[in-house]
Formats: sequence, C-alpha cells, structure tokens
Amino acid sequence: MRLPPQPDERIDREAAIPFTFHGSRVTGFAGDTIASALFGEGQRVYSRSFKYHRARGLLCCSGNCPNCMMRVDGVPNVRTCVTPLHEGAKVEAQNFWGSLDHDLLTLTDKVGGPFTPVGFYYRTMIRPRRAWPLYERFLRSVAGLGKVEKHGGRTRRYDVEHRRADVLVVGASEAGVESAREAAGREGRVVLVDNGLDPLPDLEGVEAVRGTAIGVYEGGLVPVDAGTVLHRYRAGRVVVAAGAIEQPLLFPGNDLVGVVLPEAVRRLVGRWSLRPGARAVVVSADQRGLETVSLLEQAGTEVAEAVDLRTTRVREIAARGRGGRVASVELDGKKLDCDLLVMSGGRQPAYALLAHAGASVEYDPGRGIFLTSAIPQGVDAVGAAAGDGVAAAAPSATYNGASGKGKCFVCICEDVTDKDVKRAIAEGFDSIELAKRYTTVTMGPCQGKLCHLPSIRLYARENETDEASIGTTTARPPWQPVELGLLAGRPHEPAQRTSIHHRHKELGAKMMWTGTWRRPHSYGDPSGEAKNVHDALGVIDVSTLGKLVVRGPDAAAFLERLYPNRFGDMKTGRIRYGVLGSDAGRIMDDGTIARLAEEDYYVTTTSTGAGAVLEWFEWWNAVWGLDVGIANVTGALAAVNVAGPHARELMSRLTDLDVSNDAFTYLDAKHAHVAGVPSLVLRIGFVGELGYEIHFPSPYGEHVWNSILERGADLGALPFGLEPQRILRLEKMHILVGQDTDSESNVFEASMPWIAKMDKDDFVGKWSLERVQERGFREQLVGFEMANGVVPPEGGQIVVDGRPGGRVTSSRWSQHLGKAIGMGWVPPELAEDGAEIAIKVDGSVERAHVRLRPFFDPDGEHLRT
Amino acid sequence: MSFLLPCPNCGPRPVDEFSCAGEVTVRPQGAPSLRELTSYLYFKRNVAGVQREWWCHRLGCEAWFTAERDTRTNEVLSIDVPEPAGPAAPDAPPLPDTPAV
Ligand code: FES
Ligand SMILES: [Zn+2]
Repeated sequence: MRLPPQPDERIDREAAIPFTFHGSRVTGFAGDTIASALFGEGQRVYSRSFKYHRARGLLCCSGNCPNCMMRVDGVPNVRTCVTPLHEGAKVEAQNFWGSLDHDLLTLTDKVGGPFTPVGFYYRTMIRPRRAWPLYERFLRSVAGLGKVEKHGGRTRRYDVEHRRADVLVVGASEAGVESAREAAGREGRVVLVDNGLDPLPDLEGVEAVRGTAIGVYEGGLVPVDAGTVLHRYRAGRVVVAAGAIEQPLLFPGNDLVGVVLPEAVRRLVGRWSLRPGARAVVVSADQRGLETVSLLEQAGTEVAEAVDLRTTRVREIAARGRGGRVASVELDGKKLDCDLLVMSGGRQPAYALLAHAGASVEYDPGRGIFLTSAIPQGVDAVGAAAGDGVAAAAPSATYNGASGKGKCFVCICEDVTDKDVKRAIAEGFDSIELAKRYTTVTMGPCQGKLCHLPSIRLYARENETDEASIGTTTARPPWQPVELGLLAGRPHEPAQRTSIHHRHKELGAKMMWTGTWRRPHSYGDPSGEAKNVHDALGVIDVSTLGKLVVRGPDAAAFLERLYPNRFGDMKTGRIRYGVLGSDAGRIMDDGTIARLAEEDYYVTTTSTGAGAVLEWFEWWNAVWGLDVGIANVTGALAAVNVAGPHARELMSRLTDLDVSNDAFTYLDAKHAHVAGVPSLVLRIGFVGELGYEIHFPSPYGEHVWNSILERGADLGALPFGLEPQRILRLEKMHILVGQDTDSESNVFEASMPWIAKMDKDDFVGKWSLERVQERGFREQLVGFEMANGVVPPEGGQIVVDGRPGGRVTSSRWSQHLGKAIGMGWVPPELAEDGAEIAIKVDGSVERAHVRLRPFFDPDGEHLRT
Repeated sequence: MSFLLPCPNCGPRPVDEFSCAGEVTVRPQGAPSLRELTSYLYFKRNVAGVQREWWCHRLGCEAWFTAERDTRTNEVLSIDVPEPAGPAAPDAPPLPDTPAV
C-alpha cells in the first residue's frame, strides 16, 4: 500500500523484490529497506522490548534505536530500517514468546512482579543460593536481544583491511561533503565514510566508502564497519561530520507503536511513499518536528493538532495505547485520538566519536545540549556534530512521568523507566557513572543516542540540580552496534612447514601443531618408532629448531654473559648444551652451542623459542654494545637427526668423513657433504642413542631425507615423529623447556647445577641463582617410575603427607624399559634416588619411586661409543 | 593502545608491531645486595610521565631502540638507536658458515 508517486521517492516501483517474513512471501521495491518494505506490507510491530516484551515499532527510522532489530538471514539484531532490502532475504522478528503481536511475556509488563525493577537480578535472585542455576537458566532464556545461531560458527566470513588516509571525513552530511571537497587535492588522500542510504557523493579526489566509523582511537585509528570487512583506517586528520540525533520526549506511553521521531515521517513519506498513519498529533520542541506537518498532509494523514513546545507550555503529555499501539494522546487533559504521535525533543550533536578522540563534553545550559570542547589535534568537528544549527532540546518541563498514567521510558533499549531511575537515586546511586551501571541506561544497542540526554535531564531534576553538574558518562567505542565476528576478524594464524613437510604427509604422518609449526606427531606407531631408534635407525625432521649464527670478536664473551655456561674455553669444533636464563634466574630456553671457529658460534634453540631467543640476543647486544653480530638462519637451514645403533654406518655411506668414534667423537661439530649437500653435522644425542644432527640448506630437505631412507633401508632406517621423540628423551630424563619447566624454574632446582658456572664474573641470572643457593631449594625436578605401570596424567598431583606436594610434568609408557616413567617437581627432601612418592591417578593414589639418573643408559655409553 | 611508534628504520608503525621490554633500567654491577637485586628485577619506576623504554620492531625490521614516551598520552618524544659496536659489525654482516645454495 503505497501513496501515489512522491516527488523525491527512492523506490523503483517497476522492480519488485520478493523476500520472506516468518516464512510468508512478501514483496518490497528496489530502494526499500527491509523495514520500509514490511511497513508497506502493513507491519507495524517490529519487535518486543528487552524486559517487558512490549510491542515496539519504527521509532527513529535512522538506525539509532533498537526497535526495528530483526534476524535477517540468520544474523540477529539487524537494524532493518537502514538495511537495504535484498531479494530472498529471510526476515524474522526476535525477542518474542508466542507471537510477535501477542507476546506471552507481556505479562511482566502488566503484573510487574520480581523480574522488573531495575537491579532486580542483583537483589531478588540471589536467595536461596541453591536456586541460582534455575534462576540463571530462566533469565538467560528470556533476557537479551536476539539469539546467536548455535551452529552458525563458520557461516559468515569476516576480514580486516588496513588502510590509510590523510584526511578521513566521517559522515556525508552537507558539512562533511564540504570538508572533503575542501581537502581534496590539497591534503593527499581524502576518504569520506558514510553509512546512509543515499548514493555516495561522487567528488573529485575523494574516495567515498560505505560503512560506519565505530570509534576513534589514538594514533588516528578509525575502524570502519563495512559489513563483513572492517577497514582499519589510519588517518592523519579525522573530520567528524556525524550530524545530530533527534531526541525523544519523556512522557507515559512514549514507547507505544506509532510514537515516532520526525525523521521517521520524513523517510516513510518522502523516501518510501508510505503513509505513516491516519490521524496524527505533533508535539515538537523544534522546527524539524513541525516541518513534518506538511509532509503528513501531503501523505493524506490528518493532523489533529501540532504543538510547538517552544511557544506553548504543555505540562502533561500522556499517550495511551490499545494492543501496544498508540490510540490517543492527552495534552494537559485534552484527549486527542490518533494513531501517530510525532514527538521531537530537539537534537543532540552526535559527539561520541569526538569524545573517543579525547574531546571534553560539557552541557551548554543556554542551548540545552551537550557540546564538545578541547578537541585534540588532528581531529575536527564540523556541522551539526559541532553544534552548528542544532536547536535547543526540549525543556525538562515536558517530563512528567510521575502522573501514574503508564510507563514512561527513559531508555527503550533496556526498558528503563523514570521510576527505575528514581529508585536508583533513592538507593544512593547519585553519580551518573554509577547510576549508568546500575540502571543500565545508555548501555543498550543505542549506546545512549536516544537516552543519554533525557536520562541526564531526569537526573538533574530528581537531584534538584542542573545538567551541567550531573555531567556525562564516558563515551566508549563502538558507537554503533557491530557484529562480534567483525571485531574478531578472520584469524590469520601463521602456519609454518618445513621443507620436508610433503614427504611426511606421503609417509602417512599424523601432523600436529608445535607453536606455529606443523610437525609429524608420529607415522602411526609411536612406540614402534621409538623401538626402531633403539634397535636400528630412526630419522626425525628437526628443521623447526631455532638456528642462530653468533659471530664477531666478542662472540665468546657475549655468549658467556648470556648463558650460565662457559663457552670461551670451548675448542673449535666442539658442542655444549646450554640453558638460557633471565636475570631473575628463570629458565627461558635450551639448546646446543657449537663453536665453529674462534669467533663463530652456531646456536640452536627450541622450536617454539626461536623468535624469543633471537629477540633476547638482539636486546642484550643492544644493551651491551659488544662487537658481535647475530643472524637468524632458522628458515634458511633444514635439519634432520639420525639416531640409533646403525647411525654411524649410515653416516659413513652418506659422507666421506671419517666417522669413527675417535675421529668424530660425541659433541663434535664438523662440516661435511651429506648426500652431496654441504652440511654442518653435530654429534649429539637428545634421544639417547648414537646420533647425528645434520644442518643443511633448506631446499635440499627432501633430497637429504630421501637419501637417508634409501641408503639406510637395509639398516632399518625409518622416520619417527615427535611423540616417539618425547618417549625417548624422557627415558634419558632430558628436559623439555616449557613442559618440565615453567616461568619459575631455575637450573639448580631443575637438577642441572653443572650448567651454572658460578665462578664466572657475571652472567644473566647469576645473582638470582646465588640467592637460590642461599635460600635453599624449595622443590626439585626429578624422574620417577611408577610401581605398578600406570601412566599418571601430565599435570597430575604428587601427594606428600596427604597434601599436594608436587606435580607431574611429563609421563609416558616406555616400551623399551617396560615401565611407566615420568618427571615432576617434588619437595627437595624427596629428591633422593629411590624415595617413595605418591601420585594421584584418576582419584586413586599410586606409588612411584624417585630416580635421579636417566632411566635409559645412565652413563651415556650409547651416545659415546 | 593503538598509537604509532617511529621505528628508526621503518618509520611510524602501529604499536602492535613492536614488543616492549619496559623501561630502561640500570643493571647493577658487581655483587648487588638483595635489595639492589630485587629493586632491579621487580621494582619499576612506572612513572606517569615521560619514560625511556626499550622497543623492538618485532614484526618489522627487528631493530631494538629506546624511545622516550609519555605514558599518560602515549606521545613519543624521541627515539634513540644504540651504537653498534666495533668497526666489524656494520660492514661484515654475519652469514652462516654453511655454503649458500
Ligand atoms: S527504527 Fe530502525 S533503528 Fe530506530
Ligand atoms: Zn622497523
């Protein structure tokens, strides 16, 4: 049902757009929003209110209130009055029980009861305590606006884009367009952001963007909500031209369906050729409201009365409804029947973005509005947002909610009435910031756009003071509702693969995450893979290890200062295990350090610690200013570890090195060609068997890997993954930093006292380690084996005298040893070989015995021969 | 926090590209007393005002530098790059000893 064509209408009557409302087929026209199309179909009730489930209809028609929020294509809380209609849209109203027009929970509106007064959930529902889960379930089911689709997780994709602007103008109002035009061609890149319904202006030298600026952050950061993309603008200068917001009046029944702000009339009639009602009353405190009279007449709406509150004093306004829709209004007792009540309390500049930027907000008693001042550098306000041409808002005299003629809403988002505000004041919430949190006024979807000014007016009046002394609450982003998905964005987790990745997949590896790396967990048989290392020959991809080259005249001094270990006395071609600590003595990382030449060290770190160690090295280098350079070669080099009794035989086939035990001893580092590839070979043994770690240029990853498996096939060479590696290293009681240690661990209590060379002059952490020696140990990291073969959970509790006394950090079943073994922290008095400890496993307590030496090959014969 | 921090190499960049190692402290020399040690480790001055602090352009060029920042406004007043040591450092960039591909 549309009016005859209007002069400025924006609908294309030739282009019908079908969509569904609660499953029924309905139509609108191109140029409609969802709400206007529904209005054209006769819909007047758009939603049910937050608490009382009162019927609500189009109030502002400009995206400022909660009333038209619906679920569109599964997305809740879409403001339909500003959402262009699209074909096939699936639209549903929300927040009603039963039906939209007859909501069962409107009972809470009529009978009140315990669920309605402000703060009721703080007071009413706390007793009896036991019943809280029941209360909570009920509250959760009835509270809130809209429902998130349970399985809607991946149905919409959001992205973030980083953009730059020299000038960013927010709002294509006249003043905004003018500012953009002025800046164009003079100030570099000019961007104009607007969220209106009209086509974006086409200005030379200005990029116009459809979207909503949701905040202004420091550094000129302005996130712009563009639907499913968040543009993070960095602007040299931000111009806020966000306009002003029409304010409602406070009177009983001010939320009834059919009570509207002037802009609703403008848009319904002017834009969409809809007749807003049959008989209207206009009550306005500014010209904009009165201007609707001619529009209404043009639309064939009879105007029963138009009152200019600036010239006519009305002491009491009360709207009455039938079925939630306005039926009449009483002006000082004079009853006028109507189905449309246009109210206007003047306009308030939209200052929120300016306040985000740090401007101060003060009440101007002369004009009756809040204005900004002290706007920080780099931000400007223009047009109505700056207060230009904004008429004074309504005098507080129109407020008369006390007359007992129905509910008078201060905040329609959260269903807060004047009574609630008065109650809050009576209860002592006399500061506006506290009252905001208690009553939740301004905390709903409108973010104070329609309730901030009226609530402060009411506050001032009830406290018998003025608005200026009540002040305002802090405005925080976002200033328009924004989908959470948009803020979360699409997670761009970096994933790193080694150069041998595809071979692992072909070999059937089960992959897992370690930090940002993808690594083989195993190739299907962890304990079999571990066994093969003990019995024959295993190969594991350790390319993920952090690899740093430390070189320069001060390289040795640098490492000696950084590590508790000693490195200066190392012979060229030798390797040492090092543990990196902080000045507080805490273990940060571990790895091997090989001296390749007098001034040249090759340092490996844990796979996940590479970045942090590099940063740590660079930092201390900056602090100390030593003559040393550090290069990160983690990605440049691949590495594999071959381990097992046949490792030497394999190496002799792959290199022309003399790999005899005398020529290439344990902890030697040598340059060699492995399978023809120039490599650095480290003879080390993390997994407890004779082993060689081969580092070589990444591009040769697959070649070296394949060569090992081919040339070692008759030796039983098989790949092994991270899980078997963990079993093997646990058999050797080799720690995993971050698994067996935490941010409190030091090398002494972690049972590696030989690491710390306390006679060195200084090293990072030395003084704190001295304190540890002085104060004595509080706990100690030890190994344990279970008495009856049960594997306790990692993180499980070690019980001492019936109380928690320690914790399990690692535990595995070792097929090779036929035992359940582990490591954990125990009180120092229990750190004795053979001491009996108790560990909680699934509610029962199991016996275990402390072991201080490696479970497997305690003397390291396998490694050394 | 979304202010821009000027990296000596990359220019003004969003602060979330950097890591901050806190205020510049003086590491005690010799054998510090327990009090000296704990105040170095745990008691930061944490001023409301201008503070000199360590920053690293972690997601960029990885350079460490110090910045004077007003902790109340996040205004960065100046930055300073520590002198590289020794003539060898700038013109002899370290390269891995393993031959290039
Ligand atoms: S009617 Fe749509 S937001 Fe107010
Ligand atoms: Zn940089």
